[in-house]
Amino acid sequence: MKQVDIVVIGARPAGLAAAIEARKNGVKDILVIERDRELGGILMQCIHNGFGLHVFKEELTGPEYAERFIDELSDMGIEYKLDTMVTDITPEKVVKAMNTEDGLMNIQAKAVILTMGCRERTRGAIAIPGTRPAGVMSAGTAQRYINMEGYMVGKRVVILGSGDIGLIMARRMTLEGAKVLAVAELMPFSGGLTRNIVQCLDDFDIPLLLSHTVQEIRGKDRLEGVTISQVDENYKPIPGTEQTYECDTLLLSVGLIPENELSASAGIEIDPTTSGPIVNEAMETSVPGIFASGNVVHVHDLVDFVTAESRRAGENAAKYVLGQLKEDGPVQSTEAGAGVNYIVPHVIRTSNIEKDVTLFMRVGNVFHNAELVVKADDKIIMTKKRRHMAPGEMESLKLPVNKLPQTDAVITVEVAEEVVQDEKAS
Amino acid sequence: MKKHHELVCIVCPMGCRLTLEKDDNAPKGYIIEGNVCKRGEDYAIKEMTNPTRMLPTTVKIKDGFISRLPVRTTEAIPKELIFKAMEEINAVEVKAPVKCGDVVIANILDTGADIIATRSMKQR
Repeated sequence: MKQVDIVVIGARPAGLAAAIEARKNGVKDILVIERDRELGGILMQCIHNGFGLHVFKEELTGPEYAERFIDELSDMGIEYKLDTMVTDITPEKVVKAMNTEDGLMNIQAKAVILTMGCRERTRGAIAIPGTRPAGVMSAGTAQRYINMEGYMVGKRVVILGSGDIGLIMARRMTLEGAKVLAVAELMPFSGGLTRNIVQCLDDFDIPLLLSHTVQEIRGKDRLEGVTISQVDENYKPIPGTEQTYECDTLLLSVGLIPENELSASAGIEIDPTTSGPIVNEAMETSVPGIFASGNVVHVHDLVDFVTAESRRAGENAAKYVLGQLKEDGPVQSTEAGAGVNYIVPHVIRTSNIEKDVTLFMRVGNVFHNAELVVKADDKIIMTKKRRHMAPGEMESLKLPVNKLPQTDAVITVEVAEEVVQDEKAS
Repeated sequence: MKKHHELVCIVCPMGCRLTLEKDDNAPKGYIIEGNVCKRGEDYAIKEMTNPTRMLPTTVKIKDGFISRLPVRTTEAIPKELIFKAMEEINAVEVKAPVKCGDVVIANILDTGADIIATRSMKQR
């Protein structure tokens, strides 16, 4: 059986950053496995600008951001395989993979880093009634057709979901000559960044219909139209509010799901809220030696945070291989309190923290002038003011090591102070 | 009647709702309300006088690994020139190989901005 120190699964932003960092921390024998035809993943079709403000201090497009990591990986001589599918990982860290050149491979790894990313939710996942014509697809699928393959997907477009991919595609379709009739959003606020609402919708007078959903899809072979209704506070369509739109394309931007089939086969424990692995401060999952980072753990909105998290996973996977990760000392578990949906990491082993540990979380509502309160077993250890928080923007909190209790404890983060539900998108 | 405008500031995630009123007696020509910082004021005036945007798009590429090459403007260009710029860009076809940063169109529409490739692409 082929023996490798670290196998990285997925060579998109997370996998590239993790592999590079593992090499920088002293592990030479690394294999990166990617199922696509080239390195870089989704960034290669995200041709819009706005990437890299934290990591590179400049505003890059997706392909430019990816190319910097691809070049670094190549310069380091890290081995990678393209067009290669991993079909199974065992808890003993045997990775089964296949491609048309090598056939079926069994690879024994000392450590594995899971960076499979996430998938878009589909029409099936949200169960829109109606017929099943061509012209209904995820926003990411349309993005790949237009930006990489050179196929225009439609002329009259409705978009369901106002996450950033939906907003970006509203502009992209418009620039390429399509008429985007409306963006419908189930929630009373958009999940996308405000700057994208301004740059992608307002600039082109595309209406954003908050608290609206697509209630019916019509058309035999090709999509002919959709019905959009307003929804009540329980997200149920309100009778009498139906509006029909004649369109040939419906793009869905209705959320992302971490892709964890392989994690399940390795017996890794999954957090039902994030749909990703439960991880500790080292980004190690419940199976020792299997690490995870990026969108496979929890869906990020900024690639720079994926990079930072993956660098930590890469560094710690290297430490694991070199026997430098500590197992002893106090263990804290984290728990989301009022107003917070989830916290990553789930477990903190204080002995592995040199200076500080960063907690990443998402809040459950729009908050203005609120406070994040951190407690260890009901004792407040830190508070941080936030002028603005929204579910669409990931929050982070840096906890210095001297604030962490010296015994096992439960660390909770909750939101204090008034809630202001935005009446308009923000 | 005074002309009244409403804007959402996009400088930071706060998303301040700004109102502007043209007032020739004001030092900058507008009375601006709703912003909590100076950057909001600058954004509002730029947005009223000369709004600009970055333009990321693609061009056709011959013999490339894939059939579209992503490109962008090197700086933000006036908003009203966006569709005109798209026409120019869509008329271009480049040939692989291309290096990231290669100039595809120099000084597009006399804006001073170049259109550059945003990825390297090997020959097929």
